[in-house]
Amino acid sequence: MRERLLLTGNHAAAYGAMLSRAEVISAYPITPQTMIVELLSELTASGRLDAEFITVESEHSAMAACVGASAAGARAYTATSGQGLALMHEMLHWAVGARLPIVLTNVSRAMAPGWSIWSDQSDILSQRDVGWMMVFAETVQEAQDFVLWMYRVSEQVYLPGMVGMDAFILSHTAEPLIVHDQEAADAYLPPFEPIYDLDPAEPRAYGGLVNRDHYFELRYKIYESMERAGSLLREAGEEFGEVLGRRYTPLEGYLLDDAEYVVVSAGAMTSNVRQAVRDLRDRGVKVGLLRVIAFRPFPITEVRSLLGGRRKVAVLDRNMSPGHSGIFAEEVRSALFGQPDAPPVYGYVVGIGGRDVRVETVVDVVDDLTVREEPEMALYVGVKGLPIGPLRRDSQITRLQPLEVQP
Amino acid sequence: MRWAVPEAEFMDPGTLGCQGCGGALSMRMVLKEVGDDAAAVLPACCWSIIDGPWPLHSLNIPVLHTAFETAAVVATGIKAAKRHQGKDTTVIAWAGDGGTFDIGLQALSGAAERNEDILYVCYDNEAYMNTGIQRSSATPVGTWTTTTPDERPEPRPKKDIMAIMAAHRIPYAATATSAYPDDLARKVRTAVAARGGMRFLHVLSACPPGWKMPADQAIEAMRRAVLSKVFPLYELRNGRDLTITVWPDREVAIEEYFELQGRFAPLEHEPQTVEQIRSDVAERWQALVDRHERTMALAGA
Ligand SMILES: Cc1ncc(C[n+]2csc(CCOP(=O)(O)OP(=O)(O)O)c2C)c(N)n1
Ligand SMILES: [Mg+2]
Repeated sequence: MRERLLLTGNHAAAYGAMLSRAEVISAYPITPQTMIVELLSELTASGRLDAEFITVESEHSAMAACVGASAAGARAYTATSGQGLALMHEMLHWAVGARLPIVLTNVSRAMAPGWSIWSDQSDILSQRDVGWMMVFAETVQEAQDFVLWMYRVSEQVYLPGMVGMDAFILSHTAEPLIVHDQEAADAYLPPFEPIYDLDPAEPRAYGGLVNRDHYFELRYKIYESMERAGSLLREAGEEFGEVLGRRYTPLEGYLLDDAEYVVVSAGAMTSNVRQAVRDLRDRGVKVGLLRVIAFRPFPITEVRSLLGGRRKVAVLDRNMSPGHSGIFAEEVRSALFGQPDAPPVYGYVVGIGGRDVRVETVVDVVDDLTVREEPEMALYVGVKGLPIGPLRRDSQITRLQPLEVQP
Repeated sequence: MRWAVPEAEFMDPGTLGCQGCGGALSMRMVLKEVGDDAAAVLPACCWSIIDGPWPLHSLNIPVLHTAFETAAVVATGIKAAKRHQGKDTTVIAWAGDGGTFDIGLQALSGAAERNEDILYVCYDNEAYMNTGIQRSSATPVGTWTTTTPDERPEPRPKKDIMAIMAAHRIPYAATATSAYPDDLARKVRTAVAARGGMRFLHVLSACPPGWKMPADQAIEAMRRAVLSKVFPLYELRNGRDLTITVWPDREVAIEEYFELQGRFAPLEHEPQTVEQIRSDVAERWQALVDRHERTMALAGA
């Protein structure tokens, strides 16, 4: 039965795994993902979800257990964050090379040191080139639904899929959630019918030594499947609308039609961008929003057509690739490069380590964008004591003052 | 001489193992008892090579290759899937000493502590052989490897992996070697029958190139390891009840084991280390005998 509940992003992710009828779940707790592991433990212990739950001793092992389970033909799920995702890195590659349709929810958190549990997408974006499909949720509903969406595509292309959601802003925020009817979810996502499942009747070896005369071709197949995933994501997003009442797309535009300026954003902070766009429109600024939902495969053609011909583009990055720029900005720039109508792209680095990205922050960014003459790789927004601008060597960053103790 | 070992073979000839490879022989012997309703996990180790390059495969069971440190947990994942599917397949994690004593110890400990229903076999050739003979924590004291050269041979005694496994209170653990095939076969049989929980076999497996000896001496070296009590053969139930399964039928000095192998050459210049090993071996053997007798006494009572 379809239910409407008030739930957090974390609980929604667990419901996503339940609606997907995950068969083997293996996960390790880490703030801010822990509630996902806890709820899935409860759901499996109570029998509401008929799955094997493996309480492994690390995230590396969580992904390794998923690799084993998926190779043996089970639908496997895990969730992690920050340090945990980094620890998994080797096995994330394994899942790709072994062509295993595992789905993972990553609650994005800043990397240590210093220890920080707050929102920052550097963790997930550090896994950009591994070969996982990646989508970014903005709402609690998407935190649930994208798990199903990923499985739907993963199991067609035999590539794993990752759902990104932001620490606290989404993981711990309660919003209304429609928990789909299980039968409808089953209609959308039929049981996984693996081609191979380590059947003793078919004694093959998987993932062993490959010589130089085969490796490139095996990888080529992966690149090709990832390309195919682009159109499948679109199809599966349409089907989601038909079967479960919500249509999903790799990109989402907001007030783009006549927009001269476009703000590109991904994840939960996009809600504030949307509000800022409305406020700026009230002031007469012709600005729109482009939300990146699918990051891998990157919707290059649509990005070109949606951004081509605009006056200026601001890309908000809650992440930074030191020595280059924010990563979404890199991606957008490279998609637009060489296009005759390519707009200048201004990279804005915001909200690092969970610093708030408020509606006013976005308004400040757009105000800066409209007057700034030359595009910059990375403009830093909200560094203490500094106005919006590029890196300035030897700049005076305001020191934190010790608390005054009242006698 | 006839051994109580099944004639069935689940490994094809023509593997990429070196001549006299103890690791290849261990696999052949173990599979004879496990049979073909099984699947194996191979982490990075010589067996990543021995099985053959894609698309070749020498075993008559499916094999999933995996990362170096993940044998126990990948096997756990496979077993979970098989259990969910209602299948009773024996899942074998097959790892070298490096993949067991060192980099894979964390995942192994996790699986052992959770008492996962897998058969973990460590074929121990006492160094990282795949990468060209570097020390591991299974390398015995006084040994030459490429990272413990003659000028500074291995300074520390071999890690006692069986004691570590015993501390996890797993249902069944045993040491074995192909030089005693009937003992090995019986232990595999026992381990397969003990399904439902974690089973661990520590199988000494000679490596002629790594041990610096002729290929035709592999079996003899493994036999002398047992006879000299450097590698005693025993089994452990629930981490507690220990029984010695092979009692040396003749005295073999540790020097007779060492002299077969060039890797122990540094010991020629270290008589004190040799004496230290002699007393350690005697002490460990006595401790095993004491525990064996206690097990017998408890069983008889
Ligand atoms: C994470 C990682 N580190 C290092 C290696 C390189 N490596 C492959 S096999 C191996 C040694 C294996 O030693 P052991 O487990 O004893 O098996 P053997 O080769 O001796 O049979 C090493 C160091 C690797 N594959 N993965
Ligand atoms: Mg070794």
